[in-house]
Amino acid sequence: MKFLVAFILTALLSYAAGFYLPWWSIAIAAFIVAVAIPQKPGKAFLAGFLSLFLLWVGLALYIDMANQHILSMKIAELLFKSHSHALIMSVTGLVAALVAGFAALSGAYLRQSKKAEV
Amino acid sequence: MRLIPFLISSAVTIGLAYTLNTRIGPAPALGKFLSPQHGFWQNAEPADKNFSEELVFPQLNGNASVYFDERLVPHVVADNDADAYFIQGYLHAKFRLWQMEFSTHAAAGRVSEIIGERAINFDREQRRIGMVFAAENMLKEMEANEFTKLSVDNYTKGVNAYIETLAESELPIEYKILGYSPEKWNNLKTALFIKQMTKTLAFSVDDLPLTALRKVFSDDQIEILYPQLQDSLDPIVPKGTTFAPPAATAVAPAGVDSVYLQKKDSSLKMAFIDQPSKDNGSNNWAVSGAKTKSGAPILCNDPHLELSLPAIWYEMQITTNNINAYGVSFPGIPGVVIGFNDSIAFGFTNAGRDVRDFYEIKFKDNTKKQYWFNNEWRDAPQRVEEIKIKGKPSVFDTVAYTVFGPVTYDESFTTPLTNKKAIATRWIAHDPSNELLMWHYLDRAKNYDDYYNAIKYFTVPAQNMIFASKRGDIALWQQGHFPLRWNRQGLYVMPGQDSSYIWQGIIPPDENPHQVNPERGFVSSANQRPVDGTYPYFIPGGYDVYRGLEINRRLSKMNGITTADMQQLQNVNYNPFAEVVTKLMLKYTNAASLTGDEKRFFEMIKQWDLQNTVTSKAATVFQVWFDSLETKIWYDELTQQDSVVYAWPYENTLADALTRDSAFVFIDDIRTPAKETIYDVFAASLKAATPALLQKEKEGKLEWAANKNTTVYHILKDAVMPFARKGLNIGGGKHIINATQHSHGPSWRMIVELTNETDAYVVYPGGQSGNPGSKYYDQFIDTWAAGNYYKAWVMKKGEDKNPKVKWTMTFKKA
Repeated sequence: MKFLVAFILTALLSYAAGFYLPWWSIAIAAFIVAVAIPQKPGKAFLAGFLSLFLLWVGLALYIDMANQHILSMKIAELLFKSHSHALIMSVTGLVAALVAGFAALSGAYLRQSKKAEV
Repeated sequence: MRLIPFLISSAVTIGLAYTLNTRIGPAPALGKFLSPQHGFWQNAEPADKNFSEELVFPQLNGNASVYFDERLVPHVVADNDADAYFIQGYLHAKFRLWQMEFSTHAAAGRVSEIIGERAINFDREQRRIGMVFAAENMLKEMEANEFTKLSVDNYTKGVNAYIETLAESELPIEYKILGYSPEKWNNLKTALFIKQMTKTLAFSVDDLPLTALRKVFSDDQIEILYPQLQDSLDPIVPKGTTFAPPAATAVAPAGVDSVYLQKKDSSLKMAFIDQPSKDNGSNNWAVSGAKTKSGAPILCNDPHLELSLPAIWYEMQITTNNINAYGVSFPGIPGVVIGFNDSIAFGFTNAGRDVRDFYEIKFKDNTKKQYWFNNEWRDAPQRVEEIKIKGKPSVFDTVAYTVFGPVTYDESFTTPLTNKKAIATRWIAHDPSNELLMWHYLDRAKNYDDYYNAIKYFTVPAQNMIFASKRGDIALWQQGHFPLRWNRQGLYVMPGQDSSYIWQGIIPPDENPHQVNPERGFVSSANQRPVDGTYPYFIPGGYDVYRGLEINRRLSKMNGITTADMQQLQNVNYNPFAEVVTKLMLKYTNAASLTGDEKRFFEMIKQWDLQNTVTSKAATVFQVWFDSLETKIWYDELTQQDSVVYAWPYENTLADALTRDSAFVFIDDIRTPAKETIYDVFAASLKAATPALLQKEKEGKLEWAANKNTTVYHILKDAVMPFARKGLNIGGGKHIINATQHSHGPSWRMIVELTNETDAYVVYPGGQSGNPGSKYYDQFIDTWAAGNYYKAWVMKKGEDKNPKVKWTMTFKKA
């Protein structure tokens, strides 16, 4: 349950922050959620990772469908010499997932260390 | 203890975020670039995007609307001219901001700011040829005239109104890839854009290489290699026309033959020099009503330029109470540049005349603060140029200015051709002028007199300005300012120590070559020499021959012409140059001396219908064989003393020479003791071409379209190949009416029939949006390649409910 809440909250907070703040605000969002909702570090990492992977892939997918893959194919070729829009989308997701996952992990460790002191 | 894991994972997080927020080499910062809310995904435009908007600006005087048709062509309807130009600026910025800024940065020598130190030399040259100096001189003129001040001021306001509302996530994708942001637009940038176009069209001259060639050849020999007149010339003003005696005459200084024309200069070397493409040319023609089916004149124009994405042109219609012009505009300047209005149509080809010369300067000392002129040391004002460099400290360059113009070359900026000498550039583009004023009047012209008055304001780059009106007039003036020269003045670097070699004025504009309602019922130009040898002025330049010849040949035979006939004519793939050269190939090649594949290729030329069609293999054989022939004939003489080779003489020079004289002196290979004949050189050149042809055949590139691989590159060229359109299936080529080469060709095709209701057909190799993520980015390319057109929808007032209107943008005064 906690996992699901953390997962959803991270995505929502990241999405909202994206309108006003630079892209790396996803790290802050994942960190804050991980601190607010204590989970085991592994689970926190996974929640942040999956949350942002799905958020960015979801947003990209939505844009890409409307765009009829015109730009994603060009960028895939530009960056990876590939015509696969699935590839560019996966990399998009992975980049966000890694940043958010580690940010959430940091949050979880911070929370855990506080508990240990109590 | 969780502190250590916390610190480690925090460090990893921060490290990741930092790395992904940093540019590595030419690659954009990946995190930012891939973010769906910030990066490139934001440029992926929905295919069904709704372009309708309601906009409010305090800068407006009244209300206006922009109606977009299904091709995203805007039809601007405004109450007054000021608002129309504001909106044009806004639209250019909205759809083409990056190219506008990049091209004007390039004009000003500011590319290093964007891409770093590899552009320093380019930037220095731009500064040293006086690009900004020229633009500043133009700006003063533009702002001193009430009409052009109104247009540029409001255009600038419109561009900036868009830039001000632009969020970082909405930046054109090129900014995101290169990692920078747009600055504010200003009136100087509009002048810079025009000067960059001027450099493209009226800058290329052979003075430096020809000066170098005098080391090997006499002036008479150079006249053979680079003749002023061509045998096959069919000039704009037909041969046999009588010219009035010249109203002005340039007097050659004393001793010019020995001092200037015969002088051998051993310190200059030959080299290729980087110049704008000689292929920048164009076709235009207009036929009178007597030759058309409808009885109304038809005007056609296809300007040939480097093909690029985003396209250099932006199609639009501008309607106010004073103006109703339709055509293409240059993102960067106000007005319609090629097009038509309710009464007339107009278009351009490049004149190609030489309007730039070089003078050798003697400085007093290394400070370059004084130079020797008319028996005294004169002060040379110095302009310190700061070249900003991305990620590095600025570089400073000092350019001295003389009576002739900026000292482009000196020991700090030298080429193998100038060899540390101080050489100043005299370029007509430095003179104050206001080309925008011509377009102001032309867009509003109602008849021939209006056109005639309008073109007087155009100084450079000189153009063949074609005109047709609903009243039934057709005309063509070669308009611009041309230096008044004595015979052979300015072909070589001139002495700059006194005023004896200075230009003695300009050719009186009324004597510029022109044709008004000629008896033959048509006017045309295709970058050929405008007049024959009886024209009373010396007019060097870079001229083409064959397209003009072929256009005139066809137009004289055509009658009852329709717009469909004109569409066919613009797409003719017949090769008139090959017509001349294959005759020689067949006459002088001894087939018995050829073996297997050589014979097979020879047979292909024999069978060839002279059409450079998509699938023609003979067209490729011809091209490779001719290139080989040129090398066989010129290489030995032109490389006598240096390993570097100067660009070949014009192709028509060789074709004319061999047609005229089978014992042409350059045929002999001077490196061999034997005396080669014309028979030897034709067989040998085919033999030498055969391995290359076999290689192409093996690679499946023998067919003409595959061989030339017509490509519309993005402005950033190889750096963003996915943004280009490669391998287009299109015929044509050099010397052909359909002048499509590898990356160069018809940048806009327009046919306008001046019936009561104007009937116009248009296309360009690009699309209305500059965004590679938009379906409107390259929308017209396939239509263009197939030789097809769109019928222009000329919107009339009150047609805002017409089903052709797909989107409406309203502009309201705040």
